[in-house]
Amino acid sequence: MIETVLAITCIGFGCSFALAIAAKFFEVKENPKIGEVNNLLPGANCGACGYAGCMDYAKAVVNDDAELNLCAPGGSDVTASLCEYLGKTAEAAEKQVAIVLCMGTDDVAKRRFEYNGIADCRSAQLVGGGDKACTYGCLGYGTCASVCPTNAIEMINGVAKVHPELCIACGKCISVCPRNLIKLVPAKSTVHILCSSKDKGPIVRKVCTSGCIGCTMCVRLTKEEESISMDGFLAKIDYTKEVQNKAIVEKCPPKCIIDTSNN
Amino acid sequence: MNILKAKFKIHGGVHPKYRKELARNEETKRLPLPKILRISTTQHLGAPSKPVVKKGDYVKKYQLLAEAAGFISAPVHSPAAGTIKDIVAGTGATGTPISEIILETNTTSDEDLVGVFPTNDWNTLSPETILNRVREAGVVGAGGAGFPTYVKLSPPPGKEIQTLIINGAECEPYLTADYRLMMEHPKCLVEGIQIICKVLNVQDAHIAIEDNKPEAIELLSKYIKDNGIENIKIATLPTFYPQGAEKQQIFAVTGKQVPSGGLPSEVGVLVENTGTTVAIYNAVVKDLPFIERTTTVSGYGIENPSNVIAPLGTPYQDLIDFCGGAKDGVKKIISGGPMMGFAQATTETTTTKTTSGLLLLTAKEISQYESAPCISCGRCIAACPMNLMPAELSQFCEAEDFESAAANRVMDCMECGCCAFSCPAHRPLVQHFRTAKAFLRAQPKK
Repeated sequence: MIETVLAITCIGFGCSFALAIAAKFFEVKENPKIGEVNNLLPGANCGACGYAGCMDYAKAVVNDDAELNLCAPGGSDVTASLCEYLGKTAEAAEKQVAIVLCMGTDDVAKRRFEYNGIADCRSAQLVGGGDKACTYGCLGYGTCASVCPTNAIEMINGVAKVHPELCIACGKCISVCPRNLIKLVPAKSTVHILCSSKDKGPIVRKVCTSGCIGCTMCVRLTKEEESISMDGFLAKIDYTKEVQNKAIVEKCPPKCIIDTSNN
Repeated sequence: MNILKAKFKIHGGVHPKYRKELARNEETKRLPLPKILRISTTQHLGAPSKPVVKKGDYVKKYQLLAEAAGFISAPVHSPAAGTIKDIVAGTGATGTPISEIILETNTTSDEDLVGVFPTNDWNTLSPETILNRVREAGVVGAGGAGFPTYVKLSPPPGKEIQTLIINGAECEPYLTADYRLMMEHPKCLVEGIQIICKVLNVQDAHIAIEDNKPEAIELLSKYIKDNGIENIKIATLPTFYPQGAEKQQIFAVTGKQVPSGGLPSEVGVLVENTGTTVAIYNAVVKDLPFIERTTTVSGYGIENPSNVIAPLGTPYQDLIDFCGGAKDGVKKIISGGPMMGFAQATTETTTTKTTSGLLLLTAKEISQYESAPCISCGRCIAACPMNLMPAELSQFCEAEDFESAAANRVMDCMECGCCAFSCPAHRPLVQHFRTAKAFLRAQPKK
């Protein structure tokens, strides 16, 4: 009995010794700065910076001189603390949020056929081009909501809506939307045209009563500001300018322009 | 003896109810020329053809409407004389956006034709001339894929063809268009085969026919025997779905396996559809472009199921009206066959070079289902003709692990539907694989 206990104790010590030597000899010398930079990052591992997680961005910042303002969830706070730690200067990137440019909910936008398939927008798009009558509109099966790391997207009556206060602008929803409906816009912009249909007015009306009909009323009312222009039959906001004439919200015939500043 | 029984047995496959008796025994009928034709410029695989006519132009029958736009493309010709009303955006049978040339036909003067159509002795034509005729006539794979035929008949050097197989299997339920073609035009078919043999310099040709078409087997073998044709044999294949799939048919007839991701030319075989072969005959012997095709209008939801030969650009509603109209209780309208065809949301879609069928199906012919999780029963694995494991693949796809799906060969899936047909949990297996394939194709190439 005592021999067994002694034998196992010796093996235990032997292994610990070997491990201690290995830990010393095979140690990977990592720059301690990387760990400290990683601690400054939010830890969302969302990939918005373009790197594979926060640790990868930390490595890039320390080793490859990556830009310090790439962290979207961290925003200007993280940019400032990175600058302070590394003794560099960088201009904070403007905070952005994602927005779904469609408001064709099931009460205003028609469906062309009964879809019985996978509840995923990318899959639905493959079946006859998607069951939404508007070929540009939100299919509403929630693929964007399912990939959002902060649960910022809510499906309301068949259309996705991003809650801007939760959005970290990681861009995952943008990459999965098969109709490219979601865009990154400056968080401070409050006026949005919630339609992406490039069809002519009469065709839009047939499939959705909330779609942009290309009447150009909003373009004319903001002529001085030059904040809205027509892209074919679709009105588009130039987000580098501020939309000042908020009367366009009332004047838009299908009411597809919203102003979130009074929320 | 020119009938052989196919020696090699394929793994998998299913036996749906074929219901071919609905539209089998009557002669193909010709649709009276519709008043309006909407001809798509996307009638084939590859780049859509470019219109060479504009609104207001008057065109003659057989005149070029749109030219080929690149190497993998095909021209489209006018099926009738008339005036171009407009060129608009439309939706194709698969739901993808297409461009349509709207032609208001001049129904009185159907004889307003371009050119004269001599009957050429193809024996005197060189393979290059023959290929040129096939290209200029806009012949594409009529079996459904619509691959430009002249490209297929020009295999790259080093990939010479030794065996030609004419696909007369027609394994999809309901469809009998190819069967009627074999019964009504054996001469055109057999001469078309000989023309292809000349172009490819092939001495060994087979017409593959399923054994549920004994009349066609008998008729064609008699024709071949009576005309002393040595190089064409009939290969009878067991009836099941998807016997008509290219790779499966090659294996059944020759025992050769096309490598994964490869083409039949890699094993020295070429497969051509019966409709395409007849179109080749028309192009080479009569200088006729590909402007009409036979579509099987069938299902329990149509008053008079039949095979109808109609010009390209015929709205589906015209075909339905010609066959007596739809009965009550039509639950699904499918363009093509029920296994791989496309469900339609409107009957305004028009026929193209690849519209093999139009099915009006009632409740008893389709299944309304709720999909459930995989129960690992293995029926899909037994059914898959490509030897894949749909159960595992669908679980990868559900978890959005498309890389693992790729490692398990989802790109080899030919979307035949045997797995989904067999699944007791009614899982949308083919849709999972199409999603995975679309995702993988969109990835940047490494």
